[in-house]
Amino acid sequence: MNETYQRHFEAFSANGGGSPEWLAARRRAGMDRFAAVGFPTSRDEEWRFTPVGPIAHAEFRPAPAAEVSREALTPFVFGHAEWPLLVFVNGRFSPALSTLPDPALGVTVGSLAAAIERDPSLERHLATHAPVEESAFTALNTAFLKDGAFVHVPARVDLRLPVHALFVSTEAAQGGVAHPRNLFIVEREARASIVESYVTLAPGSTYFTNAVTEVISGENAWTEHTRLQRESERAYHVGLTHVEQARDSHYRSFTLAMGGAIARHNLHVRLNAPNIETLMYGLYLTRGEQLVDNHTAIYHDHPNCNSWEVYKGVLDGRSRAVFNGKVFVQPEAQKTDAKQTNRNLILSDSARVDTKPQLEIFADDVKCTHGATVGQLDEVALFYARSRGIPAAEARRLLTYAFAAEVVDEVALAPVREELDRLVLERLGTLV
Amino acid sequence: MPPPEPLGLNDNGDDVLEIRDLRASAGEKEILKGISLTVNAGEVHAVMGPNGSGKSTLAQVLAGHPAYEVTGGSVTYMGQDLLDMEPEARAQAGVFLAFQYPVEIAGVSNAYFLRAAYNEIRKSRGMEEVDPMDFLDVLEEKLKVVEWGPEIMSRAVNSGFSGGEKKRNEILQMAVLEPKLAILDETDSGLDIDALRIVAGGVNKLRDPARATIVVTHYQRLLNYIVPDFVHVLAGGRIVKSGGKELALELEARGYEWVGEEVGAA
Repeated sequence: MNETYQRHFEAFSANGGGSPEWLAARRRAGMDRFAAVGFPTSRDEEWRFTPVGPIAHAEFRPAPAAEVSREALTPFVFGHAEWPLLVFVNGRFSPALSTLPDPALGVTVGSLAAAIERDPSLERHLATHAPVEESAFTALNTAFLKDGAFVHVPARVDLRLPVHALFVSTEAAQGGVAHPRNLFIVEREARASIVESYVTLAPGSTYFTNAVTEVISGENAWTEHTRLQRESERAYHVGLTHVEQARDSHYRSFTLAMGGAIARHNLHVRLNAPNIETLMYGLYLTRGEQLVDNHTAIYHDHPNCNSWEVYKGVLDGRSRAVFNGKVFVQPEAQKTDAKQTNRNLILSDSARVDTKPQLEIFADDVKCTHGATVGQLDEVALFYARSRGIPAAEARRLLTYAFAAEVVDEVALAPVREELDRLVLERLGTLV
Repeated sequence: MPPPEPLGLNDNGDDVLEIRDLRASAGEKEILKGISLTVNAGEVHAVMGPNGSGKSTLAQVLAGHPAYEVTGGSVTYMGQDLLDMEPEARAQAGVFLAFQYPVEIAGVSNAYFLRAAYNEIRKSRGMEEVDPMDFLDVLEEKLKVVEWGPEIMSRAVNSGFSGGEKKRNEILQMAVLEPKLAILDETDSGLDIDALRIVAGGVNKLRDPARATIVVTHYQRLLNYIVPDFVHVLAGGRIVKSGGKELALELEARGYEWVGEEVGAA
């Protein structure tokens, strides 16, 4: 209900949301935009296959603060103990549960709220890249922009330890909404690996996460960004990741979506200079009544850039998946090499996929390809595995795992890759 | 840690396989029209025949390929009704089919796949499963059968393998799984002479007085390397002629039409 958000916005403005001034103005612009357009409907082409009625018609209250023990987080923390860990409980930063990096590393990793207070340079980046005009959800997130993960890697610094930003929803989040806002700045010739995960301690609960992440990748920077969406299967999750890439930079994204009753993620990457490389990998595992929607858009505005995209889905039960991949190649963007693939494996009779590649190419000297497939497990491969003594059910799991593992293998950082592998195996039932 | 107890070869009984009047169809089309064949332990039988004679169908029906429906006859394997068993149960009982077109499985390493198969067979026989480290020990000897180093095990199953590598991988699987009954379906097709030598060499190393082997092939060439005890000629879904290894040479010299004419005249 728009009036509810309006009321919450006024309360927020009177209680902390009014400062600093530059940000208050951006929040207000977000609220104005949301008030003007409201939630999208299925008449909106961008939302044709993803009805957001359940989100639009619910009256979510701001998710309340809650206590969480370190032990409760054990299933969601991985890698090494010294990795910087930022924990947010129902959208609120928890210093007690977080591990900050050694200041000697020369990087800033912490809560965005703290950075807003301390660092005036944030004005240049925060809420300037992800446009509120693009989606009502981004507008709403900006209106309620308060906290999230902030990572700043200065020029030529190699952030050797990956940062894990962990967003936890508790039982108390039932009926609540959180608007996490993240800002990752990787400056020129710097290197960083950042993991963003959304998890729940109450698997049956219904709540709404509306996240926005802005990523700025400087000249010749190397950034690996992994996004794990493991919300409650009764929750709603809408997220936007907006990436700005400078000359010679390398950005690789991996998104895993396995939670949510309705989950939507948009990944938008702007290539602002020549010689950029972008890799976008995605995996969605759906079951029951889940609806998982991935929209990606890559903007080739300059010459000699390569983008490589592979999204794969495994669907079971009566679940649905949506994939939309936009590739825009401007007339200046000669020698663009863009490849997009979406492959779907359907395990049941009633699961359904809507996949749509959307290439708009205005340059003539380019290499752009796309392909989408929807299919079932290969009967011959199943027979092959069974003829080696592997029982039918195990053979199905093995081949399903193989389908997913092919894209998980693309994650550069081994501990992250191993965690993804574990999550996939866990969902499919252990094999060994 | 002692090395894992080997899978081993069951040496009970001489009659490994007894096929009686076997009939099978794919869809509406009857392909096998009454095949009878007995294969004993220690024997190598070559099944030859022109394209479309049903020889690959015979191999796949024995392994339990779901695309074929058995419409008549019986197959007894080690005293059991083979046709009543699921493909995995056949494999666990010691039946192995080397595929004519081995399947590529991207995303799963050769080591993972083969260990999964090895452990399933062990489990079915009440043996301990082996962990990845112990499996490396098992592999060390078996890789020598096909003249391979361990690198091949970290590649995805048959994925991007050359034709020769795929066939070598089948023989490696056979070496690891130690079948009682090995069926090689057109293992020579698409092989250059070096790959043929390695693959045939592997099969010969696996010859065993307790093992029965059926070699399905179109060409006599393979039989220069794997010398059979018996040769059967399939035509039109039936065995039209059986003999010793010299029959293969005669076929090579006179072609399959000669058998057809002889049978037609009889």
